[in-house]
Amino acid sequence: MKTNLVSRVALGFAVIAPLTISLSGTPVAQAADDAIKIGEVGSTTGSEATFGVATHQGVELAIKEINATGGVKGKKLQVILLDDQGKPEEAATAVTRLITQDKVVAIVGEVASSRSLAMAPIAQQYKIPMVSPSSTNPKVTEIGDYIFRVCFIDPFQGFVMARFASENLKFKRVAILRDVKNDYSVGLAKYFTETFKKLGGEIVVDQSYSAGDIDFKSQLTSIRGAKPDAIFVPGYYTEVGLIARQARSLGIKAPLLGGDGWDSPKLLQIGGKAMEGSYFSNHYSADDKAPHVQAFIERYRKAYKDTPSGLAAMGFDAMMVLSDAMKRAKSLSSADIRAALAATKEFQGVTGRISIDQQRNAVKSAVVLKVVNGTFVYDSTIRPG
Amino acid sequence: MESVRTQAEAANRKMQPWMRSAGQTLMWGVMLAMAFAIGPVVEQWINPYWFTIVILCGINIILAVSLNLVNGFTGQFSIGHAGFMAVGAYTAALVTMGLGDNVSWVSFVAASGFPPEAVFPIGLALGGVAAAAAGYLVGMPSLRLRGDYLAIVTLGFGEIIRVVFMNMEAVGGASGLNNIPFFTNFGWVYSVVVLTVFCVWRMVHSAHGRNLLAVREDEIAGEAMGVNTTQAKVRAFAMGAFFAGIAGGLYAHYLRILTPQTFDFNKSFEIVIMVVLGGMGSISGSVLAAMLLTVMREALRVIQTWYDVDLRMIIYSLVLIVLMLTRPNGLFGTREILDILPSSWRRKLAGGGTKQ
Repeated sequence: MKTNLVSRVALGFAVIAPLTISLSGTPVAQAADDAIKIGEVGSTTGSEATFGVATHQGVELAIKEINATGGVKGKKLQVILLDDQGKPEEAATAVTRLITQDKVVAIVGEVASSRSLAMAPIAQQYKIPMVSPSSTNPKVTEIGDYIFRVCFIDPFQGFVMARFASENLKFKRVAILRDVKNDYSVGLAKYFTETFKKLGGEIVVDQSYSAGDIDFKSQLTSIRGAKPDAIFVPGYYTEVGLIARQARSLGIKAPLLGGDGWDSPKLLQIGGKAMEGSYFSNHYSADDKAPHVQAFIERYRKAYKDTPSGLAAMGFDAMMVLSDAMKRAKSLSSADIRAALAATKEFQGVTGRISIDQQRNAVKSAVVLKVVNGTFVYDSTIRPG
Repeated sequence: MESVRTQAEAANRKMQPWMRSAGQTLMWGVMLAMAFAIGPVVEQWINPYWFTIVILCGINIILAVSLNLVNGFTGQFSIGHAGFMAVGAYTAALVTMGLGDNVSWVSFVAASGFPPEAVFPIGLALGGVAAAAAGYLVGMPSLRLRGDYLAIVTLGFGEIIRVVFMNMEAVGGASGLNNIPFFTNFGWVYSVVVLTVFCVWRMVHSAHGRNLLAVREDEIAGEAMGVNTTQAKVRAFAMGAFFAGIAGGLYAHYLRILTPQTFDFNKSFEIVIMVVLGGMGSISGSVLAAMLLTVMREALRVIQTWYDVDLRMIIYSLVLIVLMLTRPNGLFGTREILDILPSSWRRKLAGGGTKQ
């Protein structure tokens, strides 16, 4: 009987515990009374924690600098960061919480397109402007007119590399080797072809492979026969490394060109010496000698004792573009902030001059990096249009 | 006189099980009907943030209760539940998106006066059936294994499903499906929760359920008594997968986006944790544990707004460790929530023993 009583009490506790915890979870009013609240959703824990942490450091640095120079409309900015553990459903609840509980005026996030796609319908539904720092999937901003991004979308890189090949390297004959299983790669190849032909170049041969392939000799042999000036390989680093090795062993000397799918130290581990002299486009380079970039890097180093990654730079830019729009907006109502964001023109960010186009995507410059002595070295900046 | 009275009493006693089950069915029916009556009211009244938590609670309850049928009642340790959820989610999304885009279907629906939501139950049901079929296919060969081996096979299967979706162009590959219509509301989630709890409850308290318990308690003895243990296991597996598939469909139409990465083994473990925490073999335990863990993750967000550090997962795991140390059989063990009531009430309410 006694044990029965004990277990009944325990069971009763089990019933009451969730209730008490849920009550204690009711929103706590933030102390900062007068500040303008900005919400941020990021993966600060989980397998993609580095993405969320780097982006948040960029955002935090931007907030500090904005507040140090007087804030926005005489008010300080305050960022409320919620973690989503890299899960879309957590991102959706987090953004709902930010909008309905914390009453933020705008949202910064997310890095990954899959999470941005889970958040965007909610931000759109409540008409809260959302600025994604680095979701490159074109579908994200198609969700609605309150969704913006400060990074370029995938097809733009095809345009950038075509201009770089034609105008900077003066190449006339380029071969393409695309990954047919990957819409990123197919998109880049398509826009590269269009732009390169418009600029008077010639695509001498167009070959394809599938991600996961290991042997590329037959495609490379046909490319060798066409004697191109360069080979455009808009794939991911694993295959690109293998392709480079096999191309060199077949005696192809032409450099490889690619997009930000190359951006990994693994590229050099796999490709080794074969990668030397190749070029790829990226969002930002810490080697960029432009004074505003170097100034940003110095401030970031001072705050976090680390060189900012591309994601940190984009987080910084997302927050800066947002605060710039808020300064220009007639009022801090979401409709006015949205209108000001949509009117962003030639904003000088760390990752380039940012203009927002009709589709609420950023039109901005890209940097081209070159592989020299086993490192990525800044080569040039390509402006859009 | 005496004998008439005993006869009447006997008849009364005979009637009781039938009346009880009819009464129970009626009670469940009323609960189901309530869903659509109170749904819109709840959505009006409740704060949207709490509403999303309620929806996620509901989806997790369905997942935990359906997994409990396999892990708790049948004693087969499966850790691939997210795989079945993925099958259901993708199937349901493809059905509603496919039918939604189909012009002749749309005009048919418009002409018949149904709202566009009419495709939703079809999608959910087909998602459940597809998941059950997957559960059957996996269950047939793998349920001849026991213990660790079965766990490994189910884990592997869950990962295979995820990788297959990741490599299927038709479902968007790694970038997933988006623009899924938003259909999941309180009414749907609530009614599926009630339906799941009802079905699992009735299953466990039926003759088939006794077979499942026999498999759990002693497979060899059960077989000696004429229980077809493989069939019982496959049946539990397919039924668990069916409800997981429906939960997946609700999830897809709530979040409006599906990516294969969502259904990795972490998702499976989350569901297993709910079952183990609630008690292997306790339906109400699974319900409460699913609610507790879902609400706790959101409640702990407050800490992040104070310290700017996400301690959620640390506290979450500490709570789990403390609970497992103090109650190794889970919050409820194999008992149900009705067991906290005095036994006389309990007998009236439950209509028969709830203890296994």
